[in-house]
Amino acid sequence: MSAGISDVDRRTRGFRASLMRFGAAFIKELIQLRRDRITFAMMIMIPLLQLTLFGYAINTSPRHLPTAVLVQDDSAFARSFVAAMRATDYFDISTAAASEEELDRLILSGKVLFGVQIPAHFGRDLMRGERPALLVVADAADPTATGSAIAALQGLSSQVFSRELTGPAASLAPRPLPYELRVHQRYNPAGETRLNIVPGLMGLILTLTMLIFTALSVTREIERGTMESLLAMPIRPVEIMLGKIAPYLLVGGVQMTIILVAARLLFDIPVIGSLWLLVGLTLLFILANLSIGYTFSTIAQNQLQAMQMSFFFFLPNILLSGFMFPFKGMPGWAQAVGEILPLTHYLRIVRGIMLKGATFTDLQTDVLALAVFTLFAMGVAVARFRQTLD
Amino acid sequence: MTMDVAAPRRPAAADPEIVIDVEGLTKSFGGRPVVKNLSMQVRRGLIYGFLGPNGSGKTTTIRMLCGLLTPDSGHGTCLGYDILTQSAEIKRHVGYMTQKFSLYTDLSIRENLEFVARVYNLADPRQAARDAIRRLGLENRAEQLAGELSGGWKQRLALGACILPEPQLLLLDEPTAGVDPKARRDFWDEIHALAHEGMTVLVSTHYMDEAERCHEIAYIAYGELLTQGTVAEVVANAHLATYTVTGPGLADLAERLRSLDGVDMVAPFGMALHVSGRDGARLDAATRELREHGPQHWEPGEATLEDVFIDLMSRSKDNFG
Ligand SMILES: Nc1ncnc2c1ncn2[C@@H]1O[C@H](COP(=O)(O)OP(=O)(O)OP(=O)(O)O)[C@@H](O)[C@H]1O
Ligand SMILES: [Mg+2]
Repeated sequence: MSAGISDVDRRTRGFRASLMRFGAAFIKELIQLRRDRITFAMMIMIPLLQLTLFGYAINTSPRHLPTAVLVQDDSAFARSFVAAMRATDYFDISTAAASEEELDRLILSGKVLFGVQIPAHFGRDLMRGERPALLVVADAADPTATGSAIAALQGLSSQVFSRELTGPAASLAPRPLPYELRVHQRYNPAGETRLNIVPGLMGLILTLTMLIFTALSVTREIERGTMESLLAMPIRPVEIMLGKIAPYLLVGGVQMTIILVAARLLFDIPVIGSLWLLVGLTLLFILANLSIGYTFSTIAQNQLQAMQMSFFFFLPNILLSGFMFPFKGMPGWAQAVGEILPLTHYLRIVRGIMLKGATFTDLQTDVLALAVFTLFAMGVAVARFRQTLD
Repeated sequence: MTMDVAAPRRPAAADPEIVIDVEGLTKSFGGRPVVKNLSMQVRRGLIYGFLGPNGSGKTTTIRMLCGLLTPDSGHGTCLGYDILTQSAEIKRHVGYMTQKFSLYTDLSIRENLEFVARVYNLADPRQAARDAIRRLGLENRAEQLAGELSGGWKQRLALGACILPEPQLLLLDEPTAGVDPKARRDFWDEIHALAHEGMTVLVSTHYMDEAERCHEIAYIAYGELLTQGTVAEVVANAHLATYTVTGPGLADLAERLRSLDGVDMVAPFGMALHVSGRDGARLDAATRELREHGPQHWEPGEATLEDVFIDLMSRSKDNFG
């Protein structure tokens, strides 16, 4: 008898044995995942659907935005500038305002998104080389709507005036604009650009799907009655946890790939920084969300509760992470809450790498935050895991 | 085994022939005691039957034995391991078949068995699963989902999964509930074969014929262990005097007998009536009139196990009701 016991003990102790039990849970979850057709389809469809819905519905480069002009200068420059604005297709010059007050009112009431004021003596000052100011007032409450139009405006001015400023005036043409384009973005001084949307969406989609998949994993076993057997077997909570999380790391990786490819093909958003850094840190972010979902699963009594907890957690992620509103524009308490959400840190990472070419050194704090978050959630999950049926 | 200083242990625990040795196990749910002061000993290689009405605490007791529930009080050992502190060790050597089917219904038979083999760190999980499938005679259905099996096959598969890691102790919780007689018989043949190979089996059941197939039995009602021993011992210890009555008008007779003082149990058995009393003299006195002048035929008989159980249950109800 004692020989038998020591034999079993030798077989079941140590890291390799633990790895094998993790493998058991991992393979089992993977098979179950594959059999669950609907969940499987959802994993692929959710990112594609969300991305096209959000990506196109939030039209990143809308045209024909209602615009009012206030022309106080009757020069060839003024006329040609207005004509060129029309030609860009971004602006629909619907109204001619008579005064600055009227221009303000039009913007405030939302009748127009842009007000362009060409001040008196613009042409004359321009010829004199005094760099007169051209005032553009933009309703930037929806930055994605106005952002690209403003960019177009900036590009446009150089062309217009290089054409107008010929002959004796040609000396005024060189690069620094002969006039000053003063853009006043109203209601949203941060002026986020359209590029923010798709990387942000990647974070949001991953949060939602990863959270839900693992949030159901433990409660499902309890409700199906398989938990009793599982608990009676010599498998440890940490092995169960990792075995349940690992398959979804793969799923998250697939979702990430889909989103990145779609971002490139559909929205023409490149990755300026290192792609591998982005992949690595995205996997870390996926792991963070999986651990939170799993933690919910160990706390919830049933699948419904687990779902509710996930949504309760998801909401501040949308609102306070900087996805919806510019992070720096939020009140202090909201920023404080935002700092403890993994999505906040991931948004900085993904936007930093994709749009600004940030490197690992630039993102250290956020990476650290995600890592701490993941370990904390896993620690709570293992501690909370009920090893008995009491 | 080293002596555990913290947990008190009786000398018997060191005896390797005692597989289950618990004393004073008590468990309450929400203030309601479900198992009360339960003590039992099970010897190696025995098939130990665990009987009792619904809700009497059989499942709860089994769960305490394998560390799935923590007793409120009481102590003891299972395979020499302390049930309070060494549940990890117990789990490696015990096969527990739950009352409700608890294999993965969305995994195939082979996948379920391979999962178990891996969790128990068997050297070659695939081979172990293949062998188990052959032993179960499920070669043709290896790829079928466990959820699609009939009740009888589900139970066989669950037993197969339990014995796959070659445990020293099997805890079977109503393994044959809802299974047809042929499958039940096969199941019991298998259990006897396993016991013959040295495995100890604790099996809960509601069937009397299965109780008779056990080496020893224990009867639990309302959380209390009322009797234990071999079937013969249990019957003898009940000290029930019994008559078997045949003839016409048994239903009316049963009605009359129940009201008589000294008759403790009246139960129909097919075409006959079993009439029992704890005090033989009083039973004789109470029934003399009917025995000598009634149209039925009275014959002194042996109390059956069922008589004993029904009597035990009504007795404990008297105490608690
Ligand atoms: N987790 C629990 N929480 C609350 N009450 C419980 C729990 N588990 C069991 N009980 C109660 O304890 C009592 C004993 O239950 P148990 O399952 O041990 O009985 P049993 O003898 O196995 O019955 P059966 O023959 O119906 O399987 C029942 O009244 C049951 O309702
Ligand atoms: Mg039960």
